[in-house]
Amino acid sequence: MSHSQGFMKALKCRECGHEYALGATHVCEFDFGPLEVAYDYDRIKAELTRAAIQSRPQTMWRYRELLPVAGEPSVGRQVGFTPLVKADRLAKRLGIRELYVKNDAVNYPTLSFKDRVVSVALSRSVELGFKTVACASTGNLANSVAANAAAAGLDCYVFIPHDLEQGKVVNSLVYGANVIGIRGHYDEVNRLCAEIAGKYGWAFVNVNMRPYYAEGSKSMGFEIQEQLGWRVPEHTVVCMASGSLLTKIHKSYQEFTKLGLVPETKWKIHGAQATGCNPITQAQKAGLDFFKPQKPNTIAKSLAIGTPADGFYALRVMKETGGSGDDVTDDEIREGIRMLAECEGIFAETAGGVTVGVAKKLIAQGKIPADSSAVLCITGNGLKTLDAVAGHVGQTREIRPSLREFEALRVADQPELVNA
Amino acid sequence: MSVKVRIPTPLRKLTLEQELVEVGPGTIGGAITELQTKFPGIRERLVDDAGQVRRFVNIYVNEEDIRFLQNNDTPIRDGDEVSIIPAIAGG
Repeated sequence: MSHSQGFMKALKCRECGHEYALGATHVCEFDFGPLEVAYDYDRIKAELTRAAIQSRPQTMWRYRELLPVAGEPSVGRQVGFTPLVKADRLAKRLGIRELYVKNDAVNYPTLSFKDRVVSVALSRSVELGFKTVACASTGNLANSVAANAAAAGLDCYVFIPHDLEQGKVVNSLVYGANVIGIRGHYDEVNRLCAEIAGKYGWAFVNVNMRPYYAEGSKSMGFEIQEQLGWRVPEHTVVCMASGSLLTKIHKSYQEFTKLGLVPETKWKIHGAQATGCNPITQAQKAGLDFFKPQKPNTIAKSLAIGTPADGFYALRVMKETGGSGDDVTDDEIREGIRMLAECEGIFAETAGGVTVGVAKKLIAQGKIPADSSAVLCITGNGLKTLDAVAGHVGQTREIRPSLREFEALRVADQPELVNA
Repeated sequence: MSVKVRIPTPLRKLTLEQELVEVGPGTIGGAITELQTKFPGIRERLVDDAGQVRRFVNIYVNEEDIRFLQNNDTPIRDGDEVSIIPAIAGG
């Protein structure tokens, strides 16, 4: 075993098990199955103890043996360890005994869980000698690749659908990245990027670097378990675009269990989508193990992937854990955003509204029982999708700088004050 | 005129590193059969034992996913462009 590979052994096809060297490649030559990093768990078990983890800085890299870099990470060393908030007021509103919010809306540096995957993908890209990094993105990934590439001194190209929220576009441009708007939806951006990746020698974080990139999502699950006091939550609700995050949260629970870091237990993972782009939850509700591609139409643009690459595996995780899936309309998404903001003071982007809205539905249906405990994964910040809620959260009321006008406004609100 | 097929990197060993190959008009199913004749072994990479396009393979005719068209029966005509692309994660 060469230690120049860190704790990684090989890239392995998830379908046929064929193994490949640890390079920048993501697809099995034999059946097009996705490649995944295989680890040396015996060596990891010897090194990664609770005490070792707790002695390290509070970032996602405190679990570095389970993240696919060979040496020390060089990009995004401060990412992760976001708050796990005990959400008592939201629990009461949704009608459940105990609820936690894992708040990646305040992840460092670009306010979404994507900083986790990008930190891993770019650290590995540097190890493999790349000078130019790129991605196809619905927005958050572009922001994170642009920011982390700038900090690492890498050239950067990001490809996005042309009609993204202004906040997400500016949040990529400001770092000096080459931002290319594609007149098409995300699946078309992805198709183009697959063709570009085949032609240029760049590290495309979600194409040829995907096996490394995707593993970064596990850190969100590792943190949830540690922050809960070293245990796996009974229920976890995760929003789905490609479905990758959901499968990696599940994997993080499996790995901690296998390494003896948490007690063995049963858990259920539930998937959340927007009704305007619900290929995975539609299949889940119909009891199918394959999905039908869709053309997205939803305000949850960060989840608008009509051909979800990990949809098949996400369906399998929901089925195997006894979890469920559901989807919510644009109005329910806005309601979800408001509930989280009003109850917990957390402003999530549209994807967070999807997670909260679906949790509400699943609790009401008894699929997440009222006497149980659940964790909601919030993946991005509401300041990036202001357009989606502006006009739906009330209006500023303007008055002159006059006490008399303010008191008139108060009386208008509460007529009983007249006689007080 | 003919139909141009764009070959993804993982399959180029079979096409002698050719990125763009040509087939005659007909259907996607017919094109896969023709590709197999020209580049033996390529068929089993693209379709399963039942002849269905594999789960992780996406095929596009003029930028439209064949699953939105007529799958294997999707017609292809002179001048059309076919792309074969592995599924990709992201967001």
